[in-house]
Amino acid sequence: MSRLIVPEPVVELAGIRKMYRSGSIEFEALRGVDITINQGEYVAVIGPSGSGKSTLMNILGCLDNPSDGTYLLGGEDVSTMSEAQLAHVRNRRIGFVFQQFNLLTSLPAWRNVELPLIYAGIGRAERRERSIRALERVGLGDRVENRPGELSGGQQQRVAVARALVSEPDIILADEPTGNLDSVSTEAVLGLLDELHHSGRTIVLITHEHEVAARAQRNLVIRDGQITSDELVAA
Amino acid sequence: MNWLETFRSAVDAVRAHRMRSILTMLGIVIGISSVILTVGFGQGAQDKVKDQISALGSNLLIVSPGSTTSSSGVRGGFGSASTLTLQDAEAIADKTVAPDVKNVAAQTSTSAELVNGTTNWTTSIVGTTTSWPEVRKRSLSAGRFFNEDEVTSAAHVVVLGADTASELFSGPVSPVGQSVTVDGTQMTVIGVLASSGSSSSGTSEDDQAVTPMTTAKRLTGSTNASVSTIYVQAQSGDALSAAYQEIDGLLTNLHGVSASTADFSISSQQSLVATANSTNKTLTVLLTGIAGISLLVGGIGVMNIMLVSVTERIREIGLRKALGAAPRVIRRQFLVEASLLGLAGGIIGVIIAVVGAAVLPSLINQPVSLSLVATAGAIGTSLILGIGFGVYPASRAARLTPIDALRSE
Repeated sequence: MSRLIVPEPVVELAGIRKMYRSGSIEFEALRGVDITINQGEYVAVIGPSGSGKSTLMNILGCLDNPSDGTYLLGGEDVSTMSEAQLAHVRNRRIGFVFQQFNLLTSLPAWRNVELPLIYAGIGRAERRERSIRALERVGLGDRVENRPGELSGGQQQRVAVARALVSEPDIILADEPTGNLDSVSTEAVLGLLDELHHSGRTIVLITHEHEVAARAQRNLVIRDGQITSDELVAA
Repeated sequence: MNWLETFRSAVDAVRAHRMRSILTMLGIVIGISSVILTVGFGQGAQDKVKDQISALGSNLLIVSPGSTTSSSGVRGGFGSASTLTLQDAEAIADKTVAPDVKNVAAQTSTSAELVNGTTNWTTSIVGTTTSWPEVRKRSLSAGRFFNEDEVTSAAHVVVLGADTASELFSGPVSPVGQSVTVDGTQMTVIGVLASSGSSSSGTSEDDQAVTPMTTAKRLTGSTNASVSTIYVQAQSGDALSAAYQEIDGLLTNLHGVSASTADFSISSQQSLVATANSTNKTLTVLLTGIAGISLLVGGIGVMNIMLVSVTERIREIGLRKALGAAPRVIRRQFLVEASLLGLAGGIIGVIIAVVGAAVLPSLINQPVSLSLVATAGAIGTSLILGIGFGVYPASRAARLTPIDALRSE
């Protein structure tokens, strides 16, 4: 390893805390999390349920504000932004892949993929062209007009990956992307993520399965609201 | 996301739940079509009354004989007395006494049998003066009306109503110049009245025979000067109430009566129109109110369905928010969806009302006149209903946090 390129940080979390209040009981889901993720990294966040994994994913995904601490995403401080501002940041910088796929069943594949581009204010013709290109990228160039109901689980998740890719986001945030898939489809989706990683994408994968996490380049273990381990995975 | 995209996605959503959208619109459809039709019926009824009244002649005052009181105290109805005379009519026609009166036509009325060869027909015989066609706004379709000389000489001439003429004279031959027998007296038909349509009182204005009053008196063997009705034409519509006062004062004086013992009554077509219109208006307001309530119920239906739709589509809302839809974009989407349902319902309602207005009159024998204002107002109302009842569901959708929305099952 003799590369001298200084890696550019995409995600910088410093002293992130998240408090939930339910009645008089206060619960601290994140207790001071510091993470830096550089451009092109493939990071897996592992942790059992109740570890604060989902809370971390919500904050990373700009779906929620931290109670304390700062979060720089692509150099922009997003920790105190309003809901409308966060919506804009999510649209430009984050591509989501969910466990439940979250495709709109009434729309054909390409119209699911184009959704982020609609909210980015991109014209119809360009949206269609870019959506089809993203679908070709995930190997579904022949399924452009199919509705989710006509696709297998693995294919649906690949449509979701195409939707995460289409807006060229800073990071792809995959929350248990293989949780609803059989082993063959799991392999297909993870292979796709590997491929995206090799082409230079920054990917954050959240999972509780160690075999899935092993595909990443770097593993972060979260337990009781804190990062307990941060190590590179031997290739 | 611009308005065009919002509109497209609203159309998609409405089409994706086709059955539900149709059922939602149904309330608005029924409400809008019934409001338009009800207003149309009201307008049609008013137009019909106006037409009938103006056919009878505007600026018209009708003087009828008053009630009789027998020595035993039994009172007859208005018109039962024979207190009006030809002299009264002549006095009213005097321009120095009643300057607001333009023209006067007194008439008597009896029933008689008319015979033409083997055809006979019983109708009312109207005896009157030469001013009758002008005062009653009647014209002739053939021949001429009688003149002063014929009145003076009690000539045996008769003018037939349109229906009377066709009853007595079938075939292509014009009745003018032919003769008919009226209660045994031979008379010459000199003219035929143009059709006027039915009168508001129910008796046909087209089934009568008009003769000079002198001739009619001689027919019935009557020697007195009493008349059954005096029709008075005022100078103008504005002079109607002045004319009324003049006639009232004149007749009270001539007959030597006071207001409480008046032996005559004066009515105007205007007062009939006003009464008829106010009845129609009350009815229209009432029915429009009921239709308006159904429109309100339709609007609540839209709100109900939109709330269901928000609940059903929580995950979709969460997803759209996660992908970058700001709260105001979500609010706009649901608002446009609700307005679209309202507007589509309104337009379908208008179409049904237009079809109804074309079909119904022949079925129920009532005219319907659709007003452009009511129709435009109804479409506007349906849009406002959609927006108004869409605001609450839309703001609920906008307030959902993406995390909760995505996590819901």
